[in-house]
Amino acid sequence: MKSKSIHLSLGTLAALLVTQLAHAGPTALEVRAVMHRDFHTRGQAVVSRVDQDDVQWLCTVTRDKPPAKRAREMENDQLATIRYPADGNYMGNWKRGAKIAASGKGMTWKEKAGSQSGGGCYNCHQLSPKQPSYGTIGPSLKHYAKVRGNGMEGQKYVYGKIYNSKAYNLCTQMPRFGTSGTLTEQDIKDLTAYLLDPASPVNQ
Amino acid sequence: MLALRTSAVLAAAALAVAAAPVSAQNERKEIQKYQKMLAEGSPVELFELQGEDLWKKKQGPKQASLEKCDLGKGPGVLKGAYVKLPRYFEDTGRVMDLESRLVHCMVSLQGRDYKEATKRTFGNADKPSELEYLVAYVVGKSRGYRIAVSTRNPKAKAAYELGKELFFYRAGPWDFSCASCHGVEGKRIRMQALPVLSKPSGARGTYATWPAYRVSNSQMKTFQWRLNDCYRQMRFPEPTFGSDATVALTMFLAVTANGEPYAGPGTKR
Repeated sequence: MKSKSIHLSLGTLAALLVTQLAHAGPTALEVRAVMHRDFHTRGQAVVSRVDQDDVQWLCTVTRDKPPAKRAREMENDQLATIRYPADGNYMGNWKRGAKIAASGKGMTWKEKAGSQSGGGCYNCHQLSPKQPSYGTIGPSLKHYAKVRGNGMEGQKYVYGKIYNSKAYNLCTQMPRFGTSGTLTEQDIKDLTAYLLDPASPVNQ
Repeated sequence: MLALRTSAVLAAAALAVAAAPVSAQNERKEIQKYQKMLAEGSPVELFELQGEDLWKKKQGPKQASLEKCDLGKGPGVLKGAYVKLPRYFEDTGRVMDLESRLVHCMVSLQGRDYKEATKRTFGNADKPSELEYLVAYVVGKSRGYRIAVSTRNPKAKAAYELGKELFFYRAGPWDFSCASCHGVEGKRIRMQALPVLSKPSGARGTYATWPAYRVSNSQMKTFQWRLNDCYRQMRFPEPTFGSDATVALTMFLAVTANGEPYAGPGTKR
């Protein structure tokens, strides 16, 4: 998560130069300096959180439209951060997954470091048809397994997408729940089951 | 009595919303109806009245009131002052928003210590902060005036540009920027509609109804609080009260809302 090194190809650099010249505002580095001065650590929300890694930086300066070639390269770097379960089992307990999906808690300055985080899934996605309060920033995942199946490849994809969404779509708004240390392997397995288990309310 | 009425209205409105089928157009209508019901039971006027008392109350080592506070239109001129904020102030050499300017007046006119004056910038339902009352009073004096924030001064222009970059700056463990939630038309988080604040269509109606009384917290909330709580939910570190970064972001949103008749303090869910 905290890989701060920024690798640039010449093409990317040229594209970014154009982006930066197109507006009169301060650069991302200048903004970072302002934030170090004007934000402060509170609880677990330390001030260094304003430091961008290469993904956050590229997505910021291209307004979430990165050059395609560079995006593929960086998605591959992100893919390499995913640690799949050692037992080869992607599916956990959907009942526990339901609770994690519904909770929007975790990682803020009001919560203790290490306390159980939620996935906040309902903030952005429709999941169980029985839950009418859902957000629309992400696609509807209602009847996920019915629509897309739940074979081994699908399980691996869902696990990986929750672990590091940026491996599949570099500038997606979805957090990297595994890479950022928000959710544990078990949490992500349980969420995968919540989406894919035929008995889960998502597939009813 | 008022609290009772408010909660009864809220309950009825919540039922109305829950009973409505979830279709986009219907939903928008229901939300508008809900907001109207909220406004009818809102105690914002009480905050404005208490804010007026505080404005006129002699306080601090100098035992002075805030009646000579210059919010940009001259000492003590309140009418239409808020719709021009944030703005550049010669006397401090800074671009300031309403809250940072009020604190400046507490320090310069009343002789209060900066730390003491900013000890409790956000209150709670039992004990609102002094600033929440004062803000309600001052913004109420701009109701009906069009938002007209200027970037003619170079420092004001720089604040606007910085605010715009802050709006799109992605960071933190969850990779969010303001635009993560407020960047695409027609989206909502849970049941809450999300205006696109980088465009006039989204910024105008929203900015013109802040600061606001929030029924779910039973509190008057300032714009500094609004930004603070967004950054909390974005999993960022805490923005420092009245800092240049917070004023710059406010500047960006205010300029984007320019032209809208100010309608606050508002009432939110």
